[in-house]
Amino acid sequence: MSFDLSLPAQLSGALGPDLFLMGGSMLLLLWSGWRPESDEHQRSVGILSMALCIFTMVLVGYYAYEGYTANVGPIAVDNFRWAADEIFLIATVGTIAMSLDYNRREGITPGESHVLLLLATFGMMILAAARDLIIVFLGIELMSIAVYVLVGLNRRRERSAEGAIKYFLLGAFSTAFLLYGIALVYGATGETNFARIAGNIGKFHLEQNPLLLVGIALLLVGFGFKVAAVPFHMWAPDVYEGAPTPITAYMAAAVKAAAFAAFFRLWLEAFPSLLTTWHQPVWWLAAVTMVVGNLVALSQRNIKRLLAYSSIAHAGYILVALVVGTKLGSSAFMFYLFAYTMATLGSFAVIVALGARGEDRMNVEEYAGLWTVRPGLAVAMAVFMLALLGFPIFGGIGFFAKWYVLQAALQAPFPQTRLAVLLVVTSLVSAGYYLYVVMVMFMKPRDNKVALPEPAGGWTRAVVWGSAAVILIFGLFPDTIVSFTRRSAPGLTTDAPSGGVSASLPRSMSAAKTEVVALRYNSLPSRH
Amino acid sequence: MLAESLALTAALFIIGVMGVLIHRNAIIIFMCVELMLTAVNLTFVAFSRFYGAAGQVFVVFVMTVSAAEAAVGLAIIIAIFRHRQTVNLKDINLLRG
Repeated sequence: MSFDLSLPAQLSGALGPDLFLMGGSMLLLLWSGWRPESDEHQRSVGILSMALCIFTMVLVGYYAYEGYTANVGPIAVDNFRWAADEIFLIATVGTIAMSLDYNRREGITPGESHVLLLLATFGMMILAAARDLIIVFLGIELMSIAVYVLVGLNRRRERSAEGAIKYFLLGAFSTAFLLYGIALVYGATGETNFARIAGNIGKFHLEQNPLLLVGIALLLVGFGFKVAAVPFHMWAPDVYEGAPTPITAYMAAAVKAAAFAAFFRLWLEAFPSLLTTWHQPVWWLAAVTMVVGNLVALSQRNIKRLLAYSSIAHAGYILVALVVGTKLGSSAFMFYLFAYTMATLGSFAVIVALGARGEDRMNVEEYAGLWTVRPGLAVAMAVFMLALLGFPIFGGIGFFAKWYVLQAALQAPFPQTRLAVLLVVTSLVSAGYYLYVVMVMFMKPRDNKVALPEPAGGWTRAVVWGSAAVILIFGLFPDTIVSFTRRSAPGLTTDAPSGGVSASLPRSMSAAKTEVVALRYNSLPSRH
Repeated sequence: MLAESLALTAALFIIGVMGVLIHRNAIIIFMCVELMLTAVNLTFVAFSRFYGAAGQVFVVFVMTVSAAEAAVGLAIIIAIFRHRQTVNLKDINLLRG
């Protein structure tokens, strides 16, 4: 079935899963205000929120199974969107499950915290669907404003409030850049719809229009802040450390994935003909992010800060898939997001399980000898670290995620060999801190002064084992996910005008090369 | 006419950016961000003279969203003030390393 997005009823139908989640979360907001705050009520709201997410996942799966499509309009109806939605919803379910135990330990009683997570997820689903700059803006703000509140959720803790104020000020600052970029792109092209922007760029030959180029640069800055790419990453370690641990997991996994999904779609659908222009800046963004993220992570001893820098480094790896810009690139991108989300979620669940009241015991050294007292958690953490590292077999899908990105980089019409080499080298560097955590857990003797961690709550254990199982099982059979992400890929490129990215890539690249040659030999008149 | 309006909005935006980078008081930083958003709104209005109503619709969205953002932001600033009795970011430095 194909939706006609110019009719309001059909537009609502195309937004079905998103509206279902939003309506359900409104009802849950009423329910959470119905009774006085208590831990039991917080848990009941949380469990209902998880149920709502799972229903939404089923609905998204139904839409994907039916293979719905739509004409060009403000939102996209394609597999790219459904795959991204499922990743966000998995991350949300995992986060809520962790928060159930975490909130009990920290004495956080408002049930609205779970509803805020649902509203942020609604913003992400909107972002993954967005094909219009207005929708991108609304999705980003819906997501960000809810997450500002969530970071400061534990307002009695000073660090939580400090993380919130830093995230809020830098988030609002970056949104202003994003908006100014949107305004200039709108001014240059006269459109806010991605496909029509691309059409107008071709029709009026705006490739060298200064307004448009400044607009794209500002959009790049705005998205750079949102995905925490170097040099726009300064906020991430502080905010990740200050936020409640489940929220940190949510930000590292889902918020980053959502910003990337919108980034990817905007770049490949609206600006495919400007590839030669944005290729260099994004290339450098990816390279610098990989190098700086991994090198700084080496010196971190707080596990949350360490994972914050690791997530910055992973933003660099994902940017490699964007630089490639082909169908293979976007399928590798989706697979990478899935693997990264599962590993991040799992490792933060282990941190929740091992932490003590008041966000205590966050130092890697305090995990010494964990193998002797909590062997299960130590093994699970080792799996997540190896998955983030991209280790074969024991790292499960983490290995295949990096493999597909490398494959996409090398098989592109214009191979990104240098970026691929950099990816491998920086991954080797990252072994320095991932394997350090594993080494501390398994080889160092237990420090008797460190109290034994309390038994982890059931929901947290479920997240730990669930994500470990997914990582290992799909690591043995990656084909099932790969085939889905392969099918999700064409949504990006076939709908893009002028024959898609893969077709325009070699032509524009060779044009750029001839220009360079012409510049170099401009003393020889025969070259012109 | 368009060139003048764009120059004005660019100047406003840059004043906002400089304010955010120079000042250390959370309230003043927030006001500078609002100045940047105002610059964006003016840009949209200036362009919508040529392209029709889409730009003006965008302005309404931006104003609504920034009002919601202000509500959340001021609440966060009050939360930090209760802990430190200050909103100066120079003194808010527990998280570092």
